[in-house]
Amino acid sequence: MSDLRRAHGYVELAEVAPGGMVLLRAAPDTDGLAEAVAGVGGELPGRLRISSGDVQVAWMAPDELLILTPDAHGATVELGRLLEGRHHLALDVSDLRARFTLRGARVREVLAKLAPVDMAPAAMPPGAFRRTRLAQIPAALWLSGETTAHAICFRSVADYAFATLATVSREGGEIGLF
Amino acid sequence: MLMLRCPNCGVTADETELAPGGEAHIARAATGSDDAAFEAYMFGRENPKGVHFERWRHAMGCGKWFHAARCTVTMQVFGTYPAQTLSPPDDLLEKIDAARPGWRWRDLGAGHRHTHDHHDEER
Repeated sequence: MSDLRRAHGYVELAEVAPGGMVLLRAAPDTDGLAEAVAGVGGELPGRLRISSGDVQVAWMAPDELLILTPDAHGATVELGRLLEGRHHLALDVSDLRARFTLRGARVREVLAKLAPVDMAPAAMPPGAFRRTRLAQIPAALWLSGETTAHAICFRSVADYAFATLATVSREGGEIGLF
Repeated sequence: MLMLRCPNCGVTADETELAPGGEAHIARAATGSDDAAFEAYMFGRENPKGVHFERWRHAMGCGKWFHAARCTVTMQVFGTYPAQTLSPPDDLLEKIDAARPGWRWRDLGAGHRHTHDHHDEER
C-alpha cells in the first residue's frame, strides 16, 4: 500500500490508499449474517470493535458493518449471494473514504487533541473502533497496536483531515498525555 | 458540557458529537384537525425550566436518533432511551420523580399522576 502523502511530526502521518471497502447494512439478528461475513474472509466484530486479519470488519452502528478487504467487488457480489432473500444492503464504497495511519509513541495524544474520545489505553484498547469527529468532520478511529492508529473519513474532507492531523502532530506540540 | 449515552451504540458521546432534534414526543396533527391543533403541532413547544424531553441524533457516531431526558437548569441527565417509542419508559419517569418531586412536562409528571402535587415547584 503506497502512501499518498506524508507528514513528519512527532508522529508519522500518512494518507494511504484506502483499499477496498464494503458497506454491509443488515439487522444484527439477520439469519446467516456471521456466516456471510465469514464467507468473505471476515469475522463479525463485537460492538464498537474492529476485527483483525486480512479482511477487517468494523462495527459502524447496530445495523451497519464496514468490511475492509482487498477484493471489494468480489466481496460485494458474494455477500449479495450469501444473504439472498434476506433484507440487507451490500455496497462497494471503496471510493467513498480516505484513510490515514499514524505511527509513533504518541498517537493517542494526537488523536485526543482532535476527537472528543477518551483515548486512554483502558478506554480505547487496540481493536476498539470509534466513530466520532476529528475537529469539525466525522471520522472513525482505531488502533492496531499501541503505536499505530488508523483514521478514515469521507474523501471530500481528506485534505482537511490531513492538514489538521499534520498541524496537531507538529514537533513542539507534545503535551505528554497517556 | 452535555454528555449523553447513545442507547443505539452505547457510546457516551460529548455534545459536539450529537445533533439536537428538538422536543420529543410531538404527535402530528392528523388530517382533518382544526387550525388550533395544527398550530399547536407546528409551533407549540415547551420551554421548561427543569425537566425536559428531547430528541438527539448521534450524528458523528452511529448516526441514529434517540431520546433524552434532562434538566435544563442543572444539565443533569436523567437518562436516554430509544427513538422507537411514543413516551418515556416508566423506570425513567420514576427516576425523575425521585430527583425532581412534583415535576411536570406536558401531560407527564406530578400534575397528572399524583392529583395533589400540583403546587410543587421545580425549584
